[in-house]
Amino acid sequence: MTIRAQVGMVMNLDKCIGCHTCSVTCKQVWTDRPGAEYMWFNDVETKPGVGYPKRWEDQEQWRGGWELDRKGRLRLKAGGKLRKLLSIFANPDLPTLDDYYEPWTYDFEQLVDAPRQRHDPVARARSRITGEQLDEISWGPNWEDNLAGSPERIHHDPLTVGIEDQVKAQYEQAFMMYLPRICEHCLNPSCVASCPSGAMYKREEDGIVLVDQQKCRSWRFCVSGCPYKKVYFNHRSGKAEKCTLCYPRIEQGQPTICSETCVGRIRYLGLVLYDVDRVEAAASVPDEHDLLEAQRSVFLDPSDPLVRAQALADGVPEDWIDAAIRSPVYLLAMKYRVALPLHPEYRTLPMVWYVPPLSPIASTLETDGYEADPDEVFSAVDDPDAMRVPVDYLANLLAAGDGEVIRGVLRRLAAMRHHMRKREVLGEHDDSRPRAVGMTSQEVEDLYRLLAIAKYEDRYVIPPAHTELAGQLMEQKGTCGLDFEDGPGNCGAIERDVSGPPGYESAVDAEAFMLPGEDRVDLDIVQMLGDRRREDAEGR
Amino acid sequence: MSAGRVLLWIILPYLALATFVVGHWWRYRSDRFGWGARSTQILERKILGWASPAFHFGILAAAGGHVIGLVIPASLTEALGISENGYHWFAAIAGALAGLVTVVGFLGLMYRRSTNARVRRTTTPADMITYFLLTFLVLQGTWIAFAENLLGSSPYHYRDSVGVWWRSLFALQPDVDAVTGAPFLYQLHAVCAWAFWAFFPFSRLVHLWSLPVPYIGRPHILYRRRFAAPRRRRTALAARRRTP
Ligand code: SF4
Ligand code: SF4
Repeated sequence: MTIRAQVGMVMNLDKCIGCHTCSVTCKQVWTDRPGAEYMWFNDVETKPGVGYPKRWEDQEQWRGGWELDRKGRLRLKAGGKLRKLLSIFANPDLPTLDDYYEPWTYDFEQLVDAPRQRHDPVARARSRITGEQLDEISWGPNWEDNLAGSPERIHHDPLTVGIEDQVKAQYEQAFMMYLPRICEHCLNPSCVASCPSGAMYKREEDGIVLVDQQKCRSWRFCVSGCPYKKVYFNHRSGKAEKCTLCYPRIEQGQPTICSETCVGRIRYLGLVLYDVDRVEAAASVPDEHDLLEAQRSVFLDPSDPLVRAQALADGVPEDWIDAAIRSPVYLLAMKYRVALPLHPEYRTLPMVWYVPPLSPIASTLETDGYEADPDEVFSAVDDPDAMRVPVDYLANLLAAGDGEVIRGVLRRLAAMRHHMRKREVLGEHDDSRPRAVGMTSQEVEDLYRLLAIAKYEDRYVIPPAHTELAGQLMEQKGTCGLDFEDGPGNCGAIERDVSGPPGYESAVDAEAFMLPGEDRVDLDIVQMLGDRRREDAEGR
Repeated sequence: MSAGRVLLWIILPYLALATFVVGHWWRYRSDRFGWGARSTQILERKILGWASPAFHFGILAAAGGHVIGLVIPASLTEALGISENGYHWFAAIAGALAGLVTVVGFLGLMYRRSTNARVRRTTTPADMITYFLLTFLVLQGTWIAFAENLLGSSPYHYRDSVGVWWRSLFALQPDVDAVTGAPFLYQLHAVCAWAFWAFFPFSRLVHLWSLPVPYIGRPHILYRRRFAAPRRRRTALAARRRTP
């Protein structure tokens, strides 16, 4: 086994207000550039709806992600490597701009510069692709906001297949929810596997999936390979671009821009320790309904002393393990088990998980209106299926169609709501609700604190990156290269002090490497090493 | 030897070759970011869907034909027992086919680039020059393949003339006489080709050298470390839970 750390995210859909602040701040930081106008590393979709790009969830159409072949082995849904190379001149599964939307701006100048005239001047729309005037704007990144659009289109949402009768477009029966989406920074990223150039990679330290644009050659298979359609193609530079999980911020211990600015405070960031050697097996379990448990089994309990020892041995810094213990992502996914992965059936083992939303019991509201007893309106503990958002719909989104998983989560959330209402409003202390869902009152109250109070320091537990580990690069100079696991060792030439905590073997070197008097400096590793090499060369 | 002949058949080829080599070196060092195919498929995919594979496979086949025709001397194929007649018909039919496919694909790509406003907007001056040179080359080449080799009554033996000159350039003993006797169309094609190769490193055509063949043997998921890997040790847990 090999233990690595991954920065994961959880979004509590119960509290997303669909304000799009996350999308806007993300765009201003990352994609407000030529060729990137249509990209939204973060977007917020109203469900049910076809989404962005259109029908991205329909993998029979887009063929992203993984599938099992007849022998039960994991393979890319879009086909093998040879097939990819043969279709390299025209990727058969690539979305076009019209599947996203044609980005536009307005002739704002016209409003100021127009000559004196009878009618008010108008700022006309102008395409940001062709620069030509657009007579009609017919699609956008968020065209179906709050169920806007035609009732027929609701059933173009791939998630409604098979449960059409439960998804109604009539005002009285309609339901909706928001789904903010970023790249999932998957444990088994099909984008990486699809890139023929080897330009995409997953970082060992924190699991962030990135594109090396110096190596990207414009083959665009990552775009079609990602089932979440979260790699984009810059049509100006001809390079792939994607959500970076704001790694420059994460490395400083700060939350991503989308999280920092989230108005609903729905986002959680924290570490998860996982066993990288078990990833492929977990992604290959035959039954889609087992994927959730398979992925959970890849995660390791950071409080376990054995896990800690191995993590240290594998180079996870000590303070990262401590942070993993407090990680809200681990708590929500593993301890309280209220967070679920988005579309586990794509088999990429995504690392942005979601707490499904509670919704009112539709029938109670309809009959009693404002008079309805609040305890009845949210009494999902007994009957999650009576809730307004169909359990089957949520199951298609978050549980590969397994309604039981969703019911379990909704019961726990409803029990929390009941318990806290009893305690806070009625002043009663009653363990029955928590016990009914297999939790203690304390756990329920802790969960409440995490989800409802949602303090900044509880939501974001992000240890800063260890830039001083760069010293290890220097340390490797002059070693014999046989110094790997089960390897013959360091040739007996150099004895190093290994009494200190592993992972910090180079602490002495590292200190010498740091600037004096500053504990957290942003080292430009590449430049510093270059300088160092030059000095060495000159000295010789 | 007249100055014109030296210029066309010695100086131009060597100049082009030098530009080709140095140009690639310079481009790779200074513009790694710009090194790629700069696909426009995301802007338009209907025409590209058939035109791009046609053009690429066609031109790769044609390039292969050129290599065979120019690199392999006629004496070698004969020694291998391939008759001149047999070779001729193979080359004529395969060449014409490759030319046809290339032209069809190329016309599709040209049409799309000039009529689709989205694609047109991404076109750079370097693209214009590339298209300009390719237009000449492809049309000349296909014309030669059809009118001369396939349908011509007495096809010109380029292997004993142009081929000899071409090989002599690399032996650093340019045999100019071998090429000056060639028909005008062959000569024009050769001159255009040198211009094309000289411009090659400065265009998007460099993506040819990035054809990702190593992908076949590579593991699916790639990891990278920011910093050097730690020394790995086995602990009790790892020993207990050896993963398959
Ligand atoms: S969600 Fe992100 S990491 Fe996962 S396949 Fe898509 S781009 Fe890759
Ligand atoms: S900022 Fe937060 S609340 Fe607003 S849409 Fe984004 S995720 Fe939802």
